[in-house]
Amino acid sequence: MSNTVAAAEMPLAFRPMPGQVQSIARAAAILRLLASSSGRLGIGEIARSLDLPKGTAHGIVRTLQDVGFVEQDKTSGKYQLGAALLHLGTSYLDVNELRSRSINWADPLAARSGEAVRIGTLLDGKVLVVHHVFRPDDTLQTLDVGSLLPPHATAIGKVLLAYDVGAANTVMQGEPEPYTRRTVVTARTLSQALTKIRENGWGAEIEEMTLGEAGIAAPIRGYGGLVVGAIGLSGPVDRVCDGQGQPRPTLVAYVRDAARAVSRDLGAARW
Amino acid sequence: MTDSYVVSIDQGTTSTRCIVFDRRGNLVSVAQREHQQHFPRPGWVEHDALEIWRNVGKVVPRALAEAGIVAGQVAAIGIANQRESTVVWDRRTGAPVAPAIIWQDTRTDALVETLAQAPGAEDVRERCGLPLTTYFSGPKLRWLLDHTPGLYERADRGEVLFGTMESWLIWNLTGGPDGGLHLTDVTNASRTMLMDLRTLAWHPDLLAFFGIPAAMLPEIRSSSEVYGTATAVLPGVRIAAALGDQQAALFGQTCFAPGDAKCTYGTGSFLLLNTGTEPVHSSHGLLTTVGYQIGGQPAVYALEGSIAITGSLVQWFRDRLELISTAPEIETLARTVDDNGGCYIVPAFSGLFAPHWRSEARGLIVGLTSYITKGHLARAVLEATGWQTREVVDAMNADSGLALTALRVDGGMTANNLLMQFVADVLAVPVVRPMVAETVSLGAAYAAGLAVGYWPDLEGLRSNWHLAARWVPKMDDAVRAEERDNWQRAVERTFDWIKPGARAGNA
Ligand SMILES: Nc1ncnc2c1ncn2[C@@H]1O[C@H](COP(=O)(O)OP(=O)(O)OP(=O)(O)O)[C@@H](O)[C@H]1O
Ligand SMILES: [Mg+2]
Repeated sequence: MSNTVAAAEMPLAFRPMPGQVQSIARAAAILRLLASSSGRLGIGEIARSLDLPKGTAHGIVRTLQDVGFVEQDKTSGKYQLGAALLHLGTSYLDVNELRSRSINWADPLAARSGEAVRIGTLLDGKVLVVHHVFRPDDTLQTLDVGSLLPPHATAIGKVLLAYDVGAANTVMQGEPEPYTRRTVVTARTLSQALTKIRENGWGAEIEEMTLGEAGIAAPIRGYGGLVVGAIGLSGPVDRVCDGQGQPRPTLVAYVRDAARAVSRDLGAARW
Repeated sequence: MTDSYVVSIDQGTTSTRCIVFDRRGNLVSVAQREHQQHFPRPGWVEHDALEIWRNVGKVVPRALAEAGIVAGQVAAIGIANQRESTVVWDRRTGAPVAPAIIWQDTRTDALVETLAQAPGAEDVRERCGLPLTTYFSGPKLRWLLDHTPGLYERADRGEVLFGTMESWLIWNLTGGPDGGLHLTDVTNASRTMLMDLRTLAWHPDLLAFFGIPAAMLPEIRSSSEVYGTATAVLPGVRIAAALGDQQAALFGQTCFAPGDAKCTYGTGSFLLLNTGTEPVHSSHGLLTTVGYQIGGQPAVYALEGSIAITGSLVQWFRDRLELISTAPEIETLARTVDDNGGCYIVPAFSGLFAPHWRSEARGLIVGLTSYITKGHLARAVLEATGWQTREVVDAMNADSGLALTALRVDGGMTANNLLMQFVADVLAVPVVRPMVAETVSLGAAYAAGLAVGYWPDLEGLRSNWHLAARWVPKMDDAVRAEERDNWQRAVERTFDWIKPGARAGNA
């Protein structure tokens, strides 16, 4: 898999320039090749066209397939461009799939923490609740999947904004509604809060939407580390926070563990 | 002292998973692997039992590694399994003599028709609690004996062994050809048609009726006791439970009292109602089955409404029609429209199971007009699961004389909100999901943990059950009545599709 050895076998014209990542250049070439061909192509054809060893071509195509940029025809085994390429601008992970893939990890988070758990994604500048697990005390609670939450006043929302510059700018340019005295409403304080979330890898909200309530959330990452959602818990501030008014470290650890477990299942290897 | 855990193996129809549970019944880690589905002819469904055994060897170490624990920390192993699927293997080599015949397989159509005319057929149901259909192990085993040259003689000499998946796994886990234990539990045995429901023993008349040599049968044990110690995969760990997956889910949902019921939504869907220590016979198309038996205690029975095709209809929509690329996307597609547009899908792929038991029925899509889009089809796919649930709930209410007040659900399809809402809508009662959606695995873990004293009693387990979600009915009564009528008319149209005598080749 050494880059230098493989590079020597490549035709001169395709040798990467210094500072370039060779496998990305090759992946781009494969996508162009598939886009310009009239039918599907087999691995042999792809390897021959680009003068690559078959194993190298196969590795790149497999990775492109994993991220949805390439699809394999079941019967012929040949490859074509994947549907995900057509939807590059829209969210790549279906929200219903996110729920299905995270259900096994959201449940134990609620059970261990004793608090309600939600998973959210950004939709038109709001937090869409994709999944909701009741607080495990068997009291009457209402499922709020499908409802929208304000991004600047919830832990899940702030975590999502921390990894989405565009959405964060839109929120800051609008006039974020002050739900309580503690709601973060100025561009400066929000931007500081988001920086801190990125540094810590998790975020919290303490009485910023409802007096007496607090929440903790962490990002869910998909392929390549892209943030595709956030998972968090929320409950009474005296249960979520310690005597110093800080989120309890054990709860933070539970939330981050759950986020990492979902991310691992979604294929974000490092998280 | 290091923490200890209970490990469950859920050997399902589409995959095998291993889950590590902690003392509070929380999922610590999970590893899963799908196996190949073989469809060599229309109506035939097969698995490679060796592939499944290899997968157990892969998922168990992976789940332990992800939990960061070693075998010494495992208090016990519990097994839950796809039921009825039939394996016959060579006791000396451990090699299966044929591909496993899976519960959905309808190759025994003609055989079942012949058996139904044979003397003694009228006593079968009373004795084993099950109607004569292709679904259960007895006819599948008989088919293998009929179609594998020399097999009957070898079985009679005890050279080949029969088992459902839990028997196959326990035998391999405890040494295989090297002294492997050949046993089954009462819940799995109650799916063979060979066991007397009351005595919980193989019945000579049933063996004679199906022509099965007793020498090939496993020993029947309770669902929760230490069967032996594993020598492979998790050497030194006690194997302490085995239950059919649906019974395991009943146990995992802590349906320990008569009247408690649950429905598990997976490949198929299965509604089970605890009826206490007496078997209750159904007059509305339900099965009588063993729910569980803990050690030497009396067995607890259940009424069961089995629906063959629910999640697998979603898989068919994904893999055969290729209208979606993952199962959860069906919800996204279904939400592109507001209703079914007048379209209904009745998935009678293996005939219809409960409450109809029409093996000659085949699936249909009805109500097609040029208005129908793939979104309407996606809705019809999900609604089929809702209406099939309604049918078995109606049968359950009629048999028990009680009206269900809420439905406990679990399984992979409960991640589908649109579907769960629809189930609540058509049943007109709330649908509730517990904190652990993997209730099959949890039930196997509970039964194993009880057997080794990891958990003290049923009461303690019950206090682990917590509500994770609740869907309340919102559908207008008039709409429900109208839709129900349409569904029933669609179901009637699937009947009598396969002509008598045409089964063998055309099933
Ligand atoms: N979000 C969803 N919407 C609809 N169907 C789903 C969804 N997620 C999973 N499914 C279906 O549920 C089934 C998987 O659920 P589950 O893992 O509980 O099945 P299973 O019956 O345990 O599998 P096995 O047959 O191996 O035991 C599949 O048939 C799949 O098509
Ligand atoms: Mg299952």
